[in-house]
Amino acid sequence: MGKVFCVALVIITLVSVYPIFAHTWWPPPTISKTGPSVDHQLDETLIGTGVLFISSQLILAGFVWAFSGAKKKIKSWPGGATPVVAFGIIIVGLEILSLTFVGSKAWAAMYMAPADEHALHVDVQAEQFAFFFRYPGPDGVFGSIHPDKISDANGNYFGLDPEHDVAARDDIVVGSLAIPVNTPILLTLHSKDMIHNFYVPELRLQQDMVPGIDIPFHFTATTIGKYEIVCTQLCGLGHYSMRAFLEVMSQSDYDSWLKQQSGD
Amino acid sequence: MSTATYTPPQTTAPRTRVAVPVVTATKGIPSQTGVWVAVSAIAMSFAALTSALIVREGSGTDWHRFVLPRILYLDTIILIASSFTLEVSRKRFAAAVSSSVAPSGSSASIAAAQRSDGLYWLNMTLTLGLLFVVGQVLAWRSLVFQGLLLATGPSTSFFYVLTAMHGLHLLGGVLGLIYVGYRLRRNARNAQTSLGTAAVYWHFVDLLWFYLLMVIVIRM
Amino acid sequence: MSDASAQPQVHHLSPPTGFIRKHVFSLDHKVIGLQYYGLALAAVFIGMVLSWLFRIHLGWATAAIPGLQFFSPNGAPGGVITPEYYLSLLTMHGTIMVFFVLTNAPFAGFGNYFLPIQIGAEDMAFPRFNMMSFWTTFAAFLVMMAAFFVHDGPPISGWTAYATLSSVGRDAGPGQAMGQNLWAVSIALFCIGQLLGSLNFIATTLDLRTKGMSLSRMPLATWAWFITACIGLLAFADLLPACILLILDRTAGTSFFNPSGMVVSDNLQPHSGGSPLLWQHLFWFFGHPEVYIAIIPAFGIVAHILPTFMRKPLLGGVRVLIGCMVAAGFLSYMVWGHHMFVSGMNPYSAILFSVPTLIITIPFTVATLIFLGSIYGANLRFNSASLFCLGFISVFISGGISGFFLAQPSLDTYLHATYFVVAHFHFVMAVAAIFGIFAGTYFWMPKMIGRMMNETLGKLHFWLTFIGVYCIFMPMHYLGLAGNVRRYSAFTDNYLIPLIPVHKFITVAALLTGAAQFIFFYNLIHTRWWGPQAPDNPWEATTLEWSTTSPPPFDNFGGRHIVVTADPYEYGVEGGATDYVMQTTTGAATKH
Repeated sequence: MGKVFCVALVIITLVSVYPIFAHTWWPPPTISKTGPSVDHQLDETLIGTGVLFISSQLILAGFVWAFSGAKKKIKSWPGGATPVVAFGIIIVGLEILSLTFVGSKAWAAMYMAPADEHALHVDVQAEQFAFFFRYPGPDGVFGSIHPDKISDANGNYFGLDPEHDVAARDDIVVGSLAIPVNTPILLTLHSKDMIHNFYVPELRLQQDMVPGIDIPFHFTATTIGKYEIVCTQLCGLGHYSMRAFLEVMSQSDYDSWLKQQSGD
Repeated sequence: MSTATYTPPQTTAPRTRVAVPVVTATKGIPSQTGVWVAVSAIAMSFAALTSALIVREGSGTDWHRFVLPRILYLDTIILIASSFTLEVSRKRFAAAVSSSVAPSGSSASIAAAQRSDGLYWLNMTLTLGLLFVVGQVLAWRSLVFQGLLLATGPSTSFFYVLTAMHGLHLLGGVLGLIYVGYRLRRNARNAQTSLGTAAVYWHFVDLLWFYLLMVIVIRM
Repeated sequence: MSDASAQPQVHHLSPPTGFIRKHVFSLDHKVIGLQYYGLALAAVFIGMVLSWLFRIHLGWATAAIPGLQFFSPNGAPGGVITPEYYLSLLTMHGTIMVFFVLTNAPFAGFGNYFLPIQIGAEDMAFPRFNMMSFWTTFAAFLVMMAAFFVHDGPPISGWTAYATLSSVGRDAGPGQAMGQNLWAVSIALFCIGQLLGSLNFIATTLDLRTKGMSLSRMPLATWAWFITACIGLLAFADLLPACILLILDRTAGTSFFNPSGMVVSDNLQPHSGGSPLLWQHLFWFFGHPEVYIAIIPAFGIVAHILPTFMRKPLLGGVRVLIGCMVAAGFLSYMVWGHHMFVSGMNPYSAILFSVPTLIITIPFTVATLIFLGSIYGANLRFNSASLFCLGFISVFISGGISGFFLAQPSLDTYLHATYFVVAHFHFVMAVAAIFGIFAGTYFWMPKMIGRMMNETLGKLHFWLTFIGVYCIFMPMHYLGLAGNVRRYSAFTDNYLIPLIPVHKFITVAALLTGAAQFIFFYNLIHTRWWGPQAPDNPWEATTLEWSTTSPPPFDNFGGRHIVVTADPYEYGVEGGATDYVMQTTTGAATKH
């Protein structure tokens, strides 16, 4: 029985790590300036934990084979518990230190550093079950939000009051986030009902959108293309279908897109 | 789940019929340990409510302070007094115990007098406890008259929740004291220990009120 | 008149008579332990069926499950699960499993049964509170089940019930009316039951240990139950007020969690100023210690069983493992924010929470290494119980490793709310903790019921389950790496569609592994009625439960006053007739 356990565990271990080595199911290529630091962190962690995982499972398998059954003299690990405990603390301690050091820099760059001064501002509203994006328009100023004016039926997703609020008159509200490539973008995330989340796997970034709080979120996209923005915070029955598109365009394409939207 | 077919060893001790398994405590008194464990859990729940209060105060702009009904201060004095009367009661009962084992001839009647004295002070404690609850109800009524209801604002919400939770725990203490008094009257075994346990709980509820009053006065 | 100074007395107790007193409203900790275990069995069956239903839907979104439409005409018209019903099934699955299975079986079930026996006591310190705690938990279970049958259906907000989805009421969606109310009331009742239980465990462990049973001679299972009770005391004391505040927000118009300006289903909500993050803080301050409440008893049970089947004590004796469990329990209160890295809380706090989260891997790593190091030089005996213990070590390693990823905020930005998280917590809770429960069952069932379980069935159960859980949960890591978001009732996004075949594979594995559990259920039933008689000490084990009959008499030791003369895991002893020394030699058992 010990031999069976050993063989089974070895097979399980090897089969489990194969898809990791083969990148069978893998994060999509990153398009964000901070993405590579996350990928680097991921690789470091995979290597470190991979070594731990494979070695501990194989040791378990080997020991079960070697020390099963027949009446032998009981042996104890040489040195007793002390070297084992020390080894555990040192190995894990080192791993923790290295991961934290490098990881905090990546985290800080994404979430703690302020946005670029000249970042392009877009306002993002989440609701059950859609994202809406608001550009300030030619005046460069966002109109104020009036929750009592919010009405999905009238298409007034942000609760704007163009009649009384001059700044709101030229605000552009769309269902897709179009941005120019290689430009710092600053989003202000807010929600009108539940907690939602703004997640683009290619950006390696996500942020909860909490009702009652305006949360800044910034990034720079480095590759042109069309990507999916999905909601990751359970928000109701339509959570699975809550999606928008992030369209990263060249500067000139973006300019024409913006002109087209303002013209509407 | 059948009981084992087991033959107990032959002894001469009489078989006692008990409804509740009588457990042998060797390392401490379970009811004393238990009450301190209960006190920590209750303290923790009020700590959670306090932190919720602090977060809530900071998260919105609608924290409005209101005037505290004066009766709450009277209530505080009532509760302090009840702790005193409980201690007096405990001392009387303890004296009754030592009197009853004293060598003098009239020890039995002295003990009985001290016990009935103790019961008097215990009932006093109960009455003061119930008066406290009446005071709380009056305080709530005064707030309602001012239009300060549960959902009026976060400060009133927390006021009602904190005082209601405290009041419920106090009522639990009242029930406990009634039960202890019943056992003391019957001169049941270990009733003195139960009184000590109940006293720990009661004094904790008293201290908890102090703490809540402080929180309420400072933040509301 | 205090008990502590009196000579320990021996009482001859008469067992209760009458069916109700013996089996229903019993004060006997053994009966109560079995009641908890039975409740957990019912709950795990229901939770498992729920998972089959929603897993079928995930693999085959348009599949019609025959008969489901009669159970819930709104939720599954024509047998096809609606998106909201999917979320209801998922919510109830998580709630039932975490609360009614993982907190019940290893802790309240086995703990109630064996803690008093392992310390040489006749019962728990407060038998009446014990009975009340079970029936409160049972009432909580009934209230939770009622949520299936209300008009609007069970809640859809997940077992985590985040505000504001959970705190606004009917407008938020189906299931968020009466269903969520029942959920909150049930959990509040559950908290009360657990607090009473913790009270009992702590007082019993501290005060009722028999002569010679010092704290360092207590078996590791008892230590685990004691530490779990301490953790649970503070954790459930935090959840109870949180549920009360949630109920008030939903029904009384207060605004603890509901901010102003919310427009739900085109209705402007009357709340203002509340903080949705407050719920998350309150919940996870309970929630993280809760998952340690789920795993530490299983850890203790495995640590207790392994020495018996290795025929040697653990490396470092009991002290190292006790230190690991205490450290983990203590640290568990400092890490709750790691569930909230991207929640909108201050990003500086992410670093503050990440550090203790990574540090908490240390005690668990040390404990795992101790297990491994103990197997070196052992004489392993293989049976169902020991196989599940060895399997526990493997699956705990697998589950723990993924924790390293999630503990780092910079990786959590990618992995948060993906199947990577689902893989992690299922491996450590659903697999490792359940393996601990299985190991405990195979080990202790002979003692509890007086009959031996069938070994062939047990081994078959082990192999099918061990391979099955790897097939179910290992692929979820890959899904997470690919960015597959969790709690989705269907996969319609472009990048998710290619992953559906993996989901199909997982579903098939889940159904097969679930079917294998019927071997276990059958084994239990078969054992109860037709199993061979169990001797007092079938495993040649040393701790006090093996010094009494199978099952133990009403007062656990038949009137004997137990004196403990040895440490708990004296195995591998040379020179004697047997290779082990029992913890007590008081009295002679009537059968061997």
